[in-house]
Amino acid sequence: MLEIKGLTVEVEDTEILHGIDMTINPGETHILFGPNGGGKTTLLMAIMGFPRYKITGGSIFFRGNDITRLPLDERARMGIGMAFQRPPAVRGVKTRDMVAAGLKERASEEKVRHLAEKADLADFLDREINYGFSGGEIKRSEMMQLLAQNPRLTLLDEPESGVDLTNIALIGNLINELLHKNCPIRTRKCMGLIITHTGYILNYVNARSGYVMISGRIIGCGDPHEILATIKERGYAKCIKCAK
Amino acid sequence: MHQMREIKSSRTYRDSAKEASDKPAAFGEDIDLSSYASSAEEKHYQDDPSELPDTTKEKMLEVGVTLDEPDQRSGTFIQEDNTPIHCSVRQEGIEVMAVSEALEKYDWLSDYWWRAIAVDTDKYTASVEMNQNNGYFIRTLPGYKTTYPVQACLYLATAQLSQNVHNIIIAEEGSELHLITGCTSSSEENAGLHLGVSEFYIKRGAKVTFTMIHNWNPGINVRPRTATIVEENGLFLNNYVLMKPVRSLQMNPVARCVGENAVVRYNSTLVATPGSSMDVGSQTILDARGAKTEIITRAITTGGDIISRGYIEGNAPDVKGHLECRGLILQEGGMVHAIPELKGNLAGIDLSHEAAVGKIAEEEVEYLMARGLTQNEATATIIRGFLKVDVEGLPPMLNAEIERAVQASEKDIM
Ligand SMILES: Nc1ncnc2c1ncn2[C@@H]1O[C@H](COP(=O)(O)OP(=O)(O)OP(=O)(O)O)[C@@H](O)[C@H]1O
Ligand SMILES: [Mg+2]
Repeated sequence: MLEIKGLTVEVEDTEILHGIDMTINPGETHILFGPNGGGKTTLLMAIMGFPRYKITGGSIFFRGNDITRLPLDERARMGIGMAFQRPPAVRGVKTRDMVAAGLKERASEEKVRHLAEKADLADFLDREINYGFSGGEIKRSEMMQLLAQNPRLTLLDEPESGVDLTNIALIGNLINELLHKNCPIRTRKCMGLIITHTGYILNYVNARSGYVMISGRIIGCGDPHEILATIKERGYAKCIKCAK
Repeated sequence: MHQMREIKSSRTYRDSAKEASDKPAAFGEDIDLSSYASSAEEKHYQDDPSELPDTTKEKMLEVGVTLDEPDQRSGTFIQEDNTPIHCSVRQEGIEVMAVSEALEKYDWLSDYWWRAIAVDTDKYTASVEMNQNNGYFIRTLPGYKTTYPVQACLYLATAQLSQNVHNIIIAEEGSELHLITGCTSSSEENAGLHLGVSEFYIKRGAKVTFTMIHNWNPGINVRPRTATIVEENGLFLNNYVLMKPVRSLQMNPVARCVGENAVVRYNSTLVATPGSSMDVGSQTILDARGAKTEIITRAITTGGDIISRGYIEGNAPDVKGHLECRGLILQEGGMVHAIPELKGNLAGIDLSHEAAVGKIAEEEVEYLMARGLTQNEATATIIRGFLKVDVEGLPPMLNAEIERAVQASEKDIM
C-alpha cells in the first residue's frame, strides 16, 4: 500500500504541492489528470525521492514503512520505479547497462535481449541511453527499464504522450505486464500511478480511480473514465468551479 | 648478441638540430634539457623477453605489452633506456628492428628520415637528432596484414635520464598494421624525460592502427613528437591513453592526408591527477579530395590540468572533419581547457566541432539511482561510460587492451 498524507513539497524554495492525500491499495492503479503546471510530475518525483523536490510537510508510507526521508536509491531498491517524462541522455552508458542495472543479480544477456525484444528495442541495446532517441523510443525504453526493475509501485509520467497509435497498444501491453494486470486483483500486489492528458491509456489499462490535480491540490477524485469525459466536455475551468 | 650500431645521418640534419637546440615548443612548459643525462648504461639483449623480471613485465603489461603470451603478438620490440633489448617477428611480411639497424640495412630509409616532421620543429626534435638513442623501425610489406598486433615498449629505467628515440613506421601499399606502443618507467618516482619522434608513412590503401598507452610517474616529463602521412585510401587510427600521474606531457601530433579519401581518426583518453599537467592536441590536415577525419578526446581531471587542443584544416574539395572534446571535472582544483580549431578555405568542405566541459550532471546520477544504483555506483557507471573507448575499426583485441588499461586506473579516479 502507498499512503500519502498532507504532503507539501517545495521546489527551489517555492511550495508546489500543498497538502496531498492519496492512498493506493495493493493491486490498484490510479490515474492523475490535471492541466500543465498543476504539480503532477512534482508529486511523482517527490514519491520517488528526488532531492530537488523537498518534502516540507506530511508523510509517505510505502508497504508500511515511513519513506518520507529515505533517499532516492533506497526507495528504488524498496520497489518504487518511475518512467520519466523527459529522462536525460547519459553519454557512454549503453541502454543494455540500464536494463542490466534494473535486473541486478538477475541480469543475463538473454534476459536483457528478451526485454528489449518485448519493447521492440532490440537494436537499441548498444546505443547510449536516450541519446538521439525519438519521443516514442524514449517511452518504450522507460517501460523496458521498469520491466527489468519489476517495481511494486510503478509511477508513469505521461507514458503515451508522443507515441503513435500502433505503439500505444504496445505501451499499453507493457504497462499491463508491469502492473501484473493478468493477475486477479485479490492476489495482485503491484500498484500504479499514471499521469495522462489524453486518457488514451485508459483504453488499454484498467484503473480504479482518477484524481484531478490543479495548482498543487487534488480537487477531485472518482471514476477515471467519468473524470476524463468531464474534462473533455467542460475543461478544467469547470473542475475548478466544482471544487469550490 | 645484438650490437648497437652507429646511426648514419646527414650533416644537414645535425646542423638544423643544433640551430634549434634552444627553440622552445609552441606549447607546454619549457624543459631544461641540460638537467638530464643523455646516455645510460648499455643493457643486455634478451632473447626471451619472458625472462625479464616479473616486476618489469607487470609494468609493461599495464601498458599493453605482453611478454608471456607471444602468440598474441606478431612482433615485439623492447627498448630499455637507450638500448634495444629485444626484437622479434612472428609473421611473414612484417619487419621489426631497431631503427639503427634499419638505417644500416636500407639506404632508402634516409628518404623517410625527418620527412613527416621537421628536425628543427623544436628543441625536443633537435635533441632526438643530436642524441640518437635509437628507436624502432616497423614495416609491413605490400599486401601483408598483421593478424595480431605488433608491440613496442619504451621503458625508462634509469633516473634523470633523457630517452631520445626516433621511430619510423611504414605500411606499404595495401598492407595492414596494428601497432601497440607502451611507454612506462620502472620507478614510481624517479625523474626522467621521454622524447619520442615517430614518423608514420601510410601508403595507398594501407591501414594502420596505433594504440599508445602511457604510464609514467609524477617526476617524468614527456614530449612525444608524432607525424603521419596518409596516402590515397589509407587509414590511420590513433588511440592514446594516459591515466596515470605524469609531471608534464605536451604533444600535438599531426596527420596529413595527402591522397584522396584518406581517413584519420584520433581518440585520446586523458586523466590528470593532482600535479599532472597535460597539453595534448591532435591535428589533421586534409589536403586531398574526399579525405576525412574525426578527433575525439575525453579528458578527466581529478585535480590536474588538461589543455585539450584539436585542429582540422580542410584544403581540398569534399573533405569532412569533426572534432569532439568532452571534459569532466571530478575534483575542484583541476582544469580542463578545450581549444578546438577549424580552418577551411573552400566551399563544400564540412568541418564541425563540439566541446563540453563540466562536472557529472546530477540529473544523470539521479536517473541511474532511480533504477536502484547507489550514488557511488551511479557515478562510477557514468565515469566508466565516459571513458569507454569502443574505437571503430580497431580490432576487438586492442579495444580490450585499452579497456584493460582504463580499468586498471579506474580505482584511482573514483
Ligand atoms: N525545478 C523547478 N524550479 C522551479 N519551478 C519548478 C521546478 N519544477 C517544477 N516547477 C514548477 O512547479 C509547477 C508544477 O510543475 P509540474 O512539472 O509538476 O507540472 P505538471 O502537472 O507535471 O505539468 P505538465 O502537465 O505540463 O507536465 C510548475 O509551475 C513548474 O514550473
Ligand atoms: Mg509533468
